Amino acid sequence: MSLQIFVPQDTTALALGAEQVASALIQGARKLGLDIEITRNGSRGMFWLEPLMEVETETGRIGFGPVNTANVESILSVLNSDSVETKAMEHPLYLGEVSDIEYLSKQQRLTFKRSGIADPTCIESYQHQEGFSGLAKALTMTGQDIVDELKNSGLRGRGGAAFPAGIKWQTVLDTPGEQKYIVCNADEGDSGTFADRLLMESDPYQLIEGMTIAGLAVGANQGYIYLRSEYPVAHKILNLTIERATKAGFLGANVCDSGKDFFLEVRLGAGAYICGEETSLLESLEGKRGMVRAKPPLPAIEGLFGKPTVVNNVLTLGAVASILEQGSNTYKNFGMGRSRGTLAVQLAGNVKRGGLIELAFGVTLREVVDNFGQGTFSGRPIRAIQMGGPLGAFLPESQWDTPLDYEAFAAIRAMIGHGGIVVFDDTVDMAAQARFAMEFCVIESCGKCTPCRIGSTRGVEVIDRIVANEDRDNNLILLHDLCDTMELGSLCAMGGMTPFPVRSALTYFEEDFGISSRRDH
Amino acid sequence: MDINSNVDQLIKQYKTLPGGLLPLLHAVKDAVGYVPDSAVAPIAKGFNLSRAEVHGVISFYHDFNTRPVGRHTVQICRAEACQSMGSRDIEAHAKQSLGIDYGETTADGLVTLEPVYCLGNCACSPSVRVNDDIHARVDRSRFDELMEELSHASPDASGVGS
Repeated sequence: MSLQIFVPQDTTALALGAEQVASALIQGARKLGLDIEITRNGSRGMFWLEPLMEVETETGRIGFGPVNTANVESILSVLNSDSVETKAMEHPLYLGEVSDIEYLSKQQRLTFKRSGIADPTCIESYQHQEGFSGLAKALTMTGQDIVDELKNSGLRGRGGAAFPAGIKWQTVLDTPGEQKYIVCNADEGDSGTFADRLLMESDPYQLIEGMTIAGLAVGANQGYIYLRSEYPVAHKILNLTIERATKAGFLGANVCDSGKDFFLEVRLGAGAYICGEETSLLESLEGKRGMVRAKPPLPAIEGLFGKPTVVNNVLTLGAVASILEQGSNTYKNFGMGRSRGTLAVQLAGNVKRGGLIELAFGVTLREVVDNFGQGTFSGRPIRAIQMGGPLGAFLPESQWDTPLDYEAFAAIRAMIGHGGIVVFDDTVDMAAQARFAMEFCVIESCGKCTPCRIGSTRGVEVIDRIVANEDRDNNLILLHDLCDTMELGSLCAMGGMTPFPVRSALTYFEEDFGISSRRDH
Repeated sequence: MDINSNVDQLIKQYKTLPGGLLPLLHAVKDAVGYVPDSAVAPIAKGFNLSRAEVHGVISFYHDFNTRPVGRHTVQICRAEACQSMGSRDIEAHAKQSLGIDYGETTADGLVTLEPVYCLGNCACSPSVRVNDDIHARVDRSRFDELMEELSHASPDASGVGS
């Protein structure tokens, strides 16, 4: 039998040369006369080890990483020896059994349990790993039973707003309408986040299953995945897997012979960050400018094309499949307070060991950064951590003991958001970061409301004057006043939360603005 | 086939699709390389919209260029995770070595340089996208290598239009 080798095909592995490694393996094995079969799996999410190559042995799946083409020859000679397990241990890139790597074994993987194990586009592999069993259960339940199961799980929207998913679904279920829609928000624009991408690239059938369950629950027969155009690999994989799921009878007319239909389509965004805001996303899906809508009406009542619509993030819909499969009580038993289940933490930026870390809510930021991240990539001390994307606060060391819990973060005027953590070392200029927060809002504001559209432009100017020490004291008062206006007067979180990174930078890193210590810039 | 008949055919294909304007604009961009001004009037007619509405949609989104772009599109991530790993330096280097600013194309028509806000590769920053390929941990010398590869790439391997 040929030797089974796995080389990931997710964006990060590819960006680090996985394709070249796979070709070098094929060529090298041919030269040696070694019979190998390469599976292009998804990523385990241990990105600092990518390209992470795995080999199936009698004792389990062993890993080598990070592999580049220069290492291929020496790895192949290990695999070509009589005692692969013994020889492997001598190789400098040998990682042991992959599932035993602490970074992975210390996680509580529910949504990402299948990530990186098999070819993500292979529907049989998905079924072998309990795939579509949540859907099978849902098909025996009434819509109300499914919604009740979701409510009992305590699942809250993972896109960032953390609204209880079951309540949203109940509203759509209760709203009469011939046509309803399920919309998946896959416009993952926050810097430092990649969990949606990883799920779509490494376990796409789980999202398809979750959306189908949502359709059954609320009585919707059409779903759309609104995917950002910055994710070309996810786009290809989603289109391919939707086609395969349709052929296999899990999507389309008469889903699994249930007599119910669910059609699914991917729609590409076009580079606008604001389209991650749900009402802007709906406008964009309708083929319009992505202008934010005033609420009410809620999208659950008047959403896409004015019809009742569930809009959920990729991770929320992914979690639905595992909640239905394993039961809501299992899911609910993870977490703390009102934050139930697991959070897909994404550790990014200037960090030694960045990647996807799925953990029950409640662990502190410091534990994640220290235990998993193990310090900065540059080797310098960490100075600031931005949690929750470009609209999230910059946290100084005194706040790193905050537990990952929606309410605990809200209490320090910060947010968990979509779970992205961006680490900065001590070379960061926090005034420049505050300025960038305003600049980003200038570039990405939809322009509908004045505080966001004009406020952000004035914000950049005021920060420039503060840093240049032009009438600094009065400009500081002006900046706080401007932040108040944006927070209280903006239509959505774009303008409403841009002041979070700005104010936290000002509060905790004032010396970078020239205040008190008069540091040079 | 010339640009206009190409666009007309795409309009026919997409006008009955619910919310079909964005998919159409992507298709036009894929076929032509950009969304030409001459496409606005026929799109408006086909979708029963005003020209102002169509122009409004095109101008809202970063992806829809209205002028021809280079054979390859190079995007540098400007978002925070990449900043924490030195992307500001890569931006400056790219602009200087290519001799162009964001939104511009090199004189030989090889490269159009664009900013991008997150490529979802934030654990291995800084990231640069060249056409549909994303590259991780890009420093100055890696950027130069990538540009060198482009200058040797076959003319068929064009980016946006391919």
